[in-house]
Amino acid sequence: MNANHPDLKRMTPPKLSLGDRLYVPQVIAGLAVTARHMAGVVFGDSAITVQYPEDQHIPSPNYRGVHRLNKDESGRVKCVACMLCSTACPAHCIDIVGTTAPETELWGDREKYPASFVIDELRCIFCGMCEEACPVEAIELTGLYDLTGLSREQMIFDKTKLLSVFDLTKDAEPMRYGSPPSRPTSSTELVRDSI
Amino acid sequence: MWAIIGIVLKIGVVVGLMQGTVAYLILVERKVAAYAQDRIGPNRAGRHLTLPFGIKINLPFGLLQPIADGAKMVLKEDVVPTYVDKPLYILAPMIAIIAATLGFAVVPFGPVGPGQVMQFQIAPGVDIGIVYVFAIGSLAVYGVVLAGYASNNKYSFLGGLRSSAQLISYEVPLGMSILGMVLLAGSLDLGKIMAWQDQHVWGIVAQPIGFLLFLVSGFAETNRLPFDLPESEQELVGGFHTEYSAMKFGMFFLGEYMHVITVSYLTVILFLGGWDFPGLSVEQTGLLSAILKVLVTAGKVSFMIFLIMWIRWTLPRFRYDQLMDLAWKSLVPLALVNLVATAGIIQLIRG
Repeated sequence: MNANHPDLKRMTPPKLSLGDRLYVPQVIAGLAVTARHMAGVVFGDSAITVQYPEDQHIPSPNYRGVHRLNKDESGRVKCVACMLCSTACPAHCIDIVGTTAPETELWGDREKYPASFVIDELRCIFCGMCEEACPVEAIELTGLYDLTGLSREQMIFDKTKLLSVFDLTKDAEPMRYGSPPSRPTSSTELVRDSI
Repeated sequence: MWAIIGIVLKIGVVVGLMQGTVAYLILVERKVAAYAQDRIGPNRAGRHLTLPFGIKINLPFGLLQPIADGAKMVLKEDVVPTYVDKPLYILAPMIAIIAATLGFAVVPFGPVGPGQVMQFQIAPGVDIGIVYVFAIGSLAVYGVVLAGYASNNKYSFLGGLRSSAQLISYEVPLGMSILGMVLLAGSLDLGKIMAWQDQHVWGIVAQPIGFLLFLVSGFAETNRLPFDLPESEQELVGGFHTEYSAMKFGMFFLGEYMHVITVSYLTVILFLGGWDFPGLSVEQTGLLSAILKVLVTAGKVSFMIFLIMWIRWTLPRFRYDQLMDLAWKSLVPLALVNLVATAGIIQLIRG
């Protein structure tokens, strides 16, 4: 496409009126705007500041914070060790070792479960792709944002720790599904179900 | 002998007060910034404070923040990069702060003149008054230019270049904007200009265009937004002070805020009547009236400083070509017209 192409739309800068070119009226209008904001904070209650350690910020429901591994009704980890999340992960921060589920009463209906499920929270970019990839809603990102640790080792979350995040957040952020969908569903169906 | 001690005392008090005020101006600036952006600003320093003898107090508004800021400045590591031109690098912040301090010497911060209890001016009765302030004020540009040059850094150098062009351009309308007031009062002495305004009208009424020109050029002279092109955090990563740290960096800011105080005082003295207020006149020479006059001036100056901060958090920065256009295509012709018109009218009236 060259510069004279008929499809190209020519834009002209807006013509400034005399008042605009004198700056002064516009400057006064701008000062009025900031004055309104300042008055709102000083005399009113319009400050958006959260006094952090005393007051806690509540992130929006779709905030992507620390991961959790969901449990099902019988307290088992929901993960079926399918490796979809670690495949989807662009930062390669999920490491799963899957094993055959023991043939007991508790695990009777399951083929596999993760013997080890480790997420390196320092590598994670909190994109939420693992959450989207998971077919059984086992991995979720929570609203926990104050993720801190004293060493790199502390920031590598193993299965126990990820399950404890679930215990910590299960009341505040209930799972979207009580149990995994019985049949494989497409993502569009998932969305319709949840609504 | 006593006169000298008195002057030294006056210098000590004034300079000390200036430095203290500057420290608190930084807090005020941060507060104004926060309020304009719907935030609260610093409010922690000074809370739950335990004084000696177990007295517990709770200072509001982060009133001890300046002490924390100052301690930070002094205690931080003073990094001097190996590639800088060391003598000039060290000299630059000194020039910035010395020029800003010296400029205040002839600024009357209260009543001056014969018969007053006390001359509220460090160097009273300087005939060239305002010209001295401008002369010293333009020395401050050396601080910025040398900092930019000595830093041996492209961004700093650009900042220094911009600063020199900007200050040279805005000196012209700055000087011309006050000539109207000087013609009216018939003197360069700031005390006499205030006395004239007391007997006639405030400068803002007599010289509205002059006031506007002075305000705009004053902003440019102090390197404050919307004219802080030498600094330009976004494009020049700090401009002339990129390579400065710790107290050397702090000295530039001390200088900038002192400049703000000086320019605010000049605006008040030249165009807002100085100490003039209903009920106060040039004839009063008592101690009470002197104190009142100092307070009135300080009140007006506080408002001017607030205005300068208010504008900083309202307007975006000018582009470089717009800056030059504004100075040479608008302010200078306007100042010339204003000057010629004022001179003509005065000539007609006084015959």
